[in-house]
Amino acid sequence: MEPVANIGGMELVYKKPHTLTEIPTHYCPGCAHGVVHKILMEVVDEMGIQEETIGVAPVGCSVFAYNYMNIDMQEAAHGRASAVATGIKRVLPNKYVFSYQGDGDLAAIGTGETIHTVNRGENIMILFINNGIYGMTGGQMAPTSLLGMKTTTSPFGREASTMGNPLKITELIAQLPGAYFVTRHAVYNTAAVRKLKKAIEVSFKYQKLNKGTCFIEVVSNCPNGWKMTPVESNQWLEKNMLPFYPLGDIKVPKS
Amino acid sequence: MIRGTIIVATDICKACELCITACPQDCLEMSPNLNVKSYHYVQLKNDTCTGCVNCAIVCPDSAITVYRQAKSAT
Repeated sequence: MEPVANIGGMELVYKKPHTLTEIPTHYCPGCAHGVVHKILMEVVDEMGIQEETIGVAPVGCSVFAYNYMNIDMQEAAHGRASAVATGIKRVLPNKYVFSYQGDGDLAAIGTGETIHTVNRGENIMILFINNGIYGMTGGQMAPTSLLGMKTTTSPFGREASTMGNPLKITELIAQLPGAYFVTRHAVYNTAAVRKLKKAIEVSFKYQKLNKGTCFIEVVSNCPNGWKMTPVESNQWLEKNMLPFYPLGDIKVPKS
Repeated sequence: MIRGTIIVATDICKACELCITACPQDCLEMSPNLNVKSYHYVQLKNDTCTGCVNCAIVCPDSAITVYRQAKSAT
């Protein structure tokens, strides 16, 4: 339903972007996926590229992303979203193509696809939502889980000797020659959300200029998987996740 | 004078309370009533809203629409 433009002399300043569908999301209360969906669609709205944008949905919590974004979407096999996006971009080079992936999808089963897509420098945008846990399957340990983090498969906390170290895949792919713009953002407060919006906008502009792969990591929360309330999970994210995954640009284009 | 206001789509609010912590004016609260999904939804508790859109930006379910007093009216 379209909101009215004016109530009692007050003008409309913020509404749900029209490229988001009316379907209520299936995400848990406080999940950052909803915020990222909204910001992504706001950028599509403001740039007026609804007809030219093609998204690739992953497997994971955001598997139904195609239900919520009113643009052309394609569902990919687990971990293969960046490979599918490569194919779409090569066939339709004038479209804006992005893949939307979680940490289990991009950093675990799809590591090979991700690294090779970025290494080839495909002109797509990869949006990587990192919450350090497998939310959809019930809170198992992910490659990006922090050391000492308690999950259902590491009930005494993650140990480096038996379970390996957390994978900083964003730093890893920033070294590849095909990566053009690599950055890390979060959505735990308003200022961070606004910065993410700017990064998405810039990435779409670089894509239009055929510059190479733009990679945006979003450090996200998982209230249910972390066993916290949404507000607590954002505080925990700020205290524990951000020191290990510092926000900011990791690779910026040379001007 | 009321400077701004919000309209909450109560049926899709999931009571995550992120908007309450984001509000600089502290003018939001949880309603004692429940919506169709049995969540307490958010509502305005006083008239101090300035229409800064912070609550709407952090809302994961895009449930908040924000209105602000037009500049020409002030």
